Amino acid sequence: MTVHVTTPRFKLNVHEALGDPRLQRAMSHAGNLVPRRASAAERLPEFEALRDSARDIKNHTLAHLDLYLEAYEKRVTEAGGHVHWARDAEEARQIFLKLCAERGAKRVTKGKSMISEEIGLNEALEAQGIEAIETDLGEYIIQLRHEAPSHIIAPAIHVTRDDVEADFRKFHTHLPADRDLTKPETLLAEAREILRQKFLSADIGVTGANFLIAETGTSIIVTNEGNGDLTQILPKVHVVVASLEKIVPTLDDAAQLLRVLARSATGQDMSVYTTLSTGPRRPQDPDGPQEYHVILLDNGRSSMLGTEFADMLRCIRCGACMNHCPVYQAVGGHAYGWVYPGPMGAVLTPSLIGVKEGGQLPNASTFCGRCESVCPMRIPLPKMMRHWREREFERHLEPAAVRYGLGIWAFFARRPALYRFAANLGMRAMALVGRKKGRFAWAPLASGWTQARDLPAPQGATFQAQWRARSGALR
Amino acid sequence: MSARDEILAGVRRALHVSGAETPRQAAVADRLTSSPRGVIPARGQGGVETFKQEAVRAAASLSEIAALEQVPAEIARYLRDNNLPATVRLGADPRLTALPWGETTLEIGHGPSDGSDLNGLSVAFAGIAETGTLALVSGADNPTTLNFLPDNHMVVVFRQDVVGDMERVFSRLRAVYGAGQAPRTLNFVTGPSRSADIEQTLLFGAHGPRRLHIVLVGG
Repeated sequence: MTVHVTTPRFKLNVHEALGDPRLQRAMSHAGNLVPRRASAAERLPEFEALRDSARDIKNHTLAHLDLYLEAYEKRVTEAGGHVHWARDAEEARQIFLKLCAERGAKRVTKGKSMISEEIGLNEALEAQGIEAIETDLGEYIIQLRHEAPSHIIAPAIHVTRDDVEADFRKFHTHLPADRDLTKPETLLAEAREILRQKFLSADIGVTGANFLIAETGTSIIVTNEGNGDLTQILPKVHVVVASLEKIVPTLDDAAQLLRVLARSATGQDMSVYTTLSTGPRRPQDPDGPQEYHVILLDNGRSSMLGTEFADMLRCIRCGACMNHCPVYQAVGGHAYGWVYPGPMGAVLTPSLIGVKEGGQLPNASTFCGRCESVCPMRIPLPKMMRHWREREFERHLEPAAVRYGLGIWAFFARRPALYRFAANLGMRAMALVGRKKGRFAWAPLASGWTQARDLPAPQGATFQAQWRARSGALR
Repeated sequence: MSARDEILAGVRRALHVSGAETPRQAAVADRLTSSPRGVIPARGQGGVETFKQEAVRAAASLSEIAALEQVPAEIARYLRDNNLPATVRLGADPRLTALPWGETTLEIGHGPSDGSDLNGLSVAFAGIAETGTLALVSGADNPTTLNFLPDNHMVVVFRQDVVGDMERVFSRLRAVYGAGQAPRTLNFVTGPSRSADIEQTLLFGAHGPRRLHIVLVGG
């Protein structure tokens, strides 16, 4: 677990996010990926069949995970690489720090990796006086700002162009103060120039993995910038940090998953760079790392197998669920308070850090179902959020007012005749009181609604009565 | 208990298995050796024409020549037309080193890049029609640094090496490197480097090449 978990104060985070005009302006670009995904899916007639295929591959893999992990490890070792198993974040950090210490590493370049966020690698390196440099443009920006990613594939989605210009002026003090940074192009060129020197002088390069292939002992990374590749081919040592559910049986299986990954993430048919790495450089190779290590992290995943949350282990981290989520679009990723935001985070976070800390997240859903409808792995996200709500209720973790309210509602819901009578009575009373304006600016127990907008006064019969009349008419 | 043993024991406990079940072992061994094919999009069957369209769609540029001997002249033309310096770095691939570079004014460097090269030239292991993707393998012939460090990457692809899909590249890899084996690095490259990390605006030339030029060879 990383040091800064603010998930328990989720409600407060949301209030702050909604009242932050800069964040709201930045998040206005967040919906851009929705039409791109839609057109990429439409351009490929086999897309829906590929989603089924991808789901089936992961289900098969998870059902045989122990055997595929062993097969994968064997191939990595045969290719001259090393697999280090880590039960939790602390163990993963210690393995990494030991690799650094043994090699006297002072500078570590990093490709984008959510697992390195999950284990808090940057903080651990800084504490040992080792420079950790994020090389993905978005990650680099937020590292300058001392922030965490707010999206799993677009980490700086909450930052505006103006913010980036201000940050670059503040931190790149060796460059002329009057340089023109008004265009995104010039910002990109400046980051490229600065990071190029870091790539060439790093002792160790760290990447994550989108997939680990049991057939060949290969790790796969997918990027658009090429930063992951420069991270892993230039230093003497390449370290992959990956969680154990990234395993896929064969290269052909990975091809199925790659076809749904880029389309779901950015609407590209293929990301620019899909790189397969197997072991360290070979005797005849003129470039590439001399050492290849994989830190294979569990950190709570194995205990999700065989539970109602096992489907979540199919997730390939494309970000489509958050791109399509009305709650995520409104509050951004930081409000979720830990590494994984949006619908996938609302399901995964309580699994990994516990329902006590993360139990509020599954409540942040309108259950509109868009996340499940676009999930390339067909993960039933709303269903799993409901499971978490049930667990939160069972453990008495939600406020007393919610419990009592639900208790009162349940009393009526179990007595249909009484429910109909009470609903009818309540509706008539409200219609009578609100008959002049047709709406309420204030209503008891409904201030959460009326603070921001009026509550419409009921007109006509109750829903159930209307439904009865309607189905009667149809018959 | 080691971390490895504890994690594997935890997985087996959760799955209610011991790991010694013969049908499970057979299912895994079978999948690893047979690599069953999944859903393969029909688009890849469009061959070289689809490859050209998709590569250009991914913002690569592309030119065609009839014979390998024309590569030096074509590279010289490309660099001249784009006002780029007349320098090229290439690996030890005999298909490139044997070419008549002396007939051009190009200055040729050999071996991996140290980051100071503006132009790199490689030969692709294959082209993929489905997505206009290049497949490049590491080694002395075509060092991986040439794919990423130079500002402009030029790649020779033979028409007969253009295949429909990734799966066909993997079949060829297994034939060349052996079952269960792979080169140190296999790069699938689809267009030039880009980033959309600043306000979701697409910009080219993030960390890798700003330009990707494909030279398709063969009549």
